[in-house]
Amino acid sequence: MSDAGSVFVGAVLLIPAASAALLAALPDDRVTARLNALASFLTFVAASVLFFERPPPGHYLIVDDLNVVFIVLSTFVGFTTSMFSGSYIAHELETGRLTPLYLRFYHAMYQILMFGMNLALLSNNIGLMWVAIELATLTTVLMVGIYRTPAALEAAWKYFLLGSVGIALALFGTILVYLAAHSVVGEGLDAMAWNVLVRRAPEFDPALLNLAFLFLLLGYGTKVGLVPLHAWLPDAHAEGPTPISAVLSGLLLNVALFAVLRFKSVLSANPGAFAPGPLMVSLGLLSVIFASFMLYRRHDIKRMFGYSSIEHMGIITFAFGMGGPLANFAGLLHMTLHSLTKSAIFFCVGHIAQAKGTQHMPDIRGLTVSHPVLGWGLVLGVAAIAGLPPMGLFMTEFLIVTTTFARHPLLAIALGLGLLTGFGALLLRLNGLAFGDPHGSGAPARASFVPVYAHFGLVLAAGVWLPPALTEWFQHVASLLR
Amino acid sequence: MDRLALDVAHLFAGGLVLVSFMLLYQDRMTGLVNNFALHALVVSLAVAWQAHIQHAPHLYITAAIALGVKAIVIPLALHRIIVQLGIHRTIETVVGIGQTMLAGIGLVALSIIVMLPITAKAGTLAQQDLAFALSVLLLGLLMMISRRNAVSQVIGFMSIENGLILAATGAKGMPLVVEISVAFSILIALIVIGVFLFRIRERFDTVDIHALHEYRGEQP
Amino acid sequence: MAVALDLLVQIAQMVLVLALAPLFAGYVRKVKAHLLRRQGPPLVQPYREVLRLLRKDVVLADSASWVFRVSPYLVFATTWVAAALVPTFATGLVFSYAADVIAIVALLGSARFMLALAGLDVGTSFGGIGSSREMLIASLAEPAMLMVVFTLSLLAGSTQLSSIAAFMQASDVGLRFSLALALIGLIMVAIAENARIPIDNPATHLELTMVHEAMILEYSGRHLALIEAAAFLKLLLYVSVIACVFFPWGIATSGQGLVAYVAAVGVYLLKLAAGGFLLAAFETAIAKMRVFRVPDFLGAALMLGFLATLLLFVTMAG
Repeated sequence: MSDAGSVFVGAVLLIPAASAALLAALPDDRVTARLNALASFLTFVAASVLFFERPPPGHYLIVDDLNVVFIVLSTFVGFTTSMFSGSYIAHELETGRLTPLYLRFYHAMYQILMFGMNLALLSNNIGLMWVAIELATLTTVLMVGIYRTPAALEAAWKYFLLGSVGIALALFGTILVYLAAHSVVGEGLDAMAWNVLVRRAPEFDPALLNLAFLFLLLGYGTKVGLVPLHAWLPDAHAEGPTPISAVLSGLLLNVALFAVLRFKSVLSANPGAFAPGPLMVSLGLLSVIFASFMLYRRHDIKRMFGYSSIEHMGIITFAFGMGGPLANFAGLLHMTLHSLTKSAIFFCVGHIAQAKGTQHMPDIRGLTVSHPVLGWGLVLGVAAIAGLPPMGLFMTEFLIVTTTFARHPLLAIALGLGLLTGFGALLLRLNGLAFGDPHGSGAPARASFVPVYAHFGLVLAAGVWLPPALTEWFQHVASLLR
Repeated sequence: MDRLALDVAHLFAGGLVLVSFMLLYQDRMTGLVNNFALHALVVSLAVAWQAHIQHAPHLYITAAIALGVKAIVIPLALHRIIVQLGIHRTIETVVGIGQTMLAGIGLVALSIIVMLPITAKAGTLAQQDLAFALSVLLLGLLMMISRRNAVSQVIGFMSIENGLILAATGAKGMPLVVEISVAFSILIALIVIGVFLFRIRERFDTVDIHALHEYRGEQP
Repeated sequence: MAVALDLLVQIAQMVLVLALAPLFAGYVRKVKAHLLRRQGPPLVQPYREVLRLLRKDVVLADSASWVFRVSPYLVFATTWVAAALVPTFATGLVFSYAADVIAIVALLGSARFMLALAGLDVGTSFGGIGSSREMLIASLAEPAMLMVVFTLSLLAGSTQLSSIAAFMQASDVGLRFSLALALIGLIMVAIAENARIPIDNPATHLELTMVHEAMILEYSGRHLALIEAAAFLKLLLYVSVIACVFFPWGIATSGQGLVAYVAAVGVYLLKLAAGGFLLAAFETAIAKMRVFRVPDFLGAALMLGFLATLLLFVTMAG
């Protein structure tokens, strides 16, 4: 704990905020793309320092074991996505899908989104976290509609309405948590601080906590994309610009799930409150099975990967619902690896869509022949996301299924069924996309492949050899979660 | 707690539920916007009264924000949007008004049954405010579900926010952070709403979301 | 001795309501006329109408059955009994144990039932229209009335009107939102039940706009006199209920002296005057609604009744 830590925490928040203002003002698109990437890189560096230097917990901000991993992950993926976004957006400008004015808007919104997500992860105040998540949601709503086609507007409107309803329910849950806390802790900021809440949770009124968690799970669960509250997710992924799909899948869903986890730990600390496990398990299982069936018969490539995100969020929720050190460890690792994998996949998909000029899967064929680097990247990505060894996601899914089997064999069977269904759908699609005779335009893809392969490298490394320090870290956090 | 103070708080909170029902009943666009202005006015009065009896002067700011932004600025802006877009006509509903009202009564009864026993230890004032706030929230959700018009869905959402303001002030001593955040989100929502209404109109010459249904995005 | 006194008060009440009812109707007509800058008929005109009708022959249709002939007597009897039970100037009536609000609603319901049957009995189309519209109004007005009754009885802990009046007079009920909603609901129901504007125009001669008048088109002579008297009594009853429950000050309780009773009668007359004036002003200020909008109006009354009950649960739990 040190004051140097406070400087870096401030940096993690101030750099995106300041660059947003700067990016809104600058007109030249090449400069803004580079500035975007630079700002994201600096934020990542500041966040990584937080591993070593932590500030003391304040009323508004806290850096503890749970969120330090996510903040580093979030800034890292933000950085790689900004690199991808640079080349992607240049192409969009050329084809005229975006005008320069909207480009400035896009870059400013991107940094505000980063700011919002960092603030949500770092906040120690449940109200402040709510504000940050709402800010992040609103920026993504604006960006999903940025192409202004009818389908994009419909997707953005649906996302806005469902997101707003979720946010409203989450705020009601937050107020109920405060109500439960303030009769024990006293009025004021202390009754809204995470560290105080977790410590004093056993003294809270269980009935209030139960109702609060219900609202919070429904509200933030909408943002995670759990079935049946998922209706906005496939459209938002399909119609928004690809960097936004990457950030949505990779980061924003994680932040929302992180919020649910925080509240779950408060709830679990109270012996009188109901066990949140079964509810989360059922929502997770429902999401996995529904999404894996929906993966078949999709014709839009980004929509398909949107459903895949729903499936993985379901797996993670299932894992945290099961609880226990092994399942929690697997869930945390899965969150991290899924971020990396899904964003990398979206990078590939973005370049593919630009090269082929379409997102319609029947029109995209034989990628490994026409665009070998992209094609094999996609193969690697789909193999990773489907859970093939030696990629990291195989290990986490294996862990989840085995721990579940040891405790509730029927649930494990259901989960396994869902996973296999998804696996089959993805491989079927991959076959069509990557192999066979090339189809459609063969324009070269102006792409930066570094982010893609960097992510895959990390996922592969995690699958093959996870550094012991990191393993220990995850286990420690898993034990905090019960 | 002083009897009169409690009764007046009950008056305002119950009045808010009544105005939410009036919102459900409205089938004309301009009437809807005026009703919403009344809704915001009642909520600001309720918050101001809470500020008085809780001796929490910072809540007066919240009341002023609710009054200024939601009771005056937003209805005026919506009136202008309605005139400019030329959409002042009746609003279609998914089911009849009678059934909607009965569903609304059911939701109010449900929220009272759920909230009263749970908040029994928290004091009478918080109990009432939370039960009524949840009713307003559920009625706003009902309004969003049962209307086919984008403007009325937005108004339903804003009435949900009003209910949440009532809940937040009922929970005594919730710090200023939440009040600023609620006001902040109102402002951003207004910007987004304005942008979207113009974009939707631009694209469809209508704000009837039935026209959007072709692009529902559920095709593969 | 006390029982004898209570019996005397009861008989006095019965006579009083019968005597006052036509006067009240005439008063409302007079005020409406003055608001419209006319002189209007004299105050005692309704008495003259009833007496004139009593002297006339009855003209019966060939197709009229015994229902048609018996209805007016039943309607008059039930309405008079109901009116006599409402504590207007005193609460210590000998039959006050029977003065249950639900019993009063049931009595009025039976009266309406007989009248609707009579309207259907002769087989004319206007009678049918009147009866079906009356039943439409009743199907919404009665639940609304009952919800208001529930609110009041939940608050006072009893359904007896005298207990409710005593409760409202004695305790510091305070500024209850539910009571305001219940009052508005009751006023709306009263307007609907008494066939006043905006539900029905009592002075109309256009059959297609009639509700109450259409049912009694075929009546003449003493039958018509009884039905008209029942209508006057019903109006007086509703105004008395509103005055007794929501404005109970001045009602004499059992055991007070004669002076108190006389003063209570005076207060009651003042309340009637105020109520009649407000009714006349309201009727002049508003236009009659089309029939298909009447369910909306009564639906609103029902909603207000529901809300009043629900809101009362919230405060009573606190």
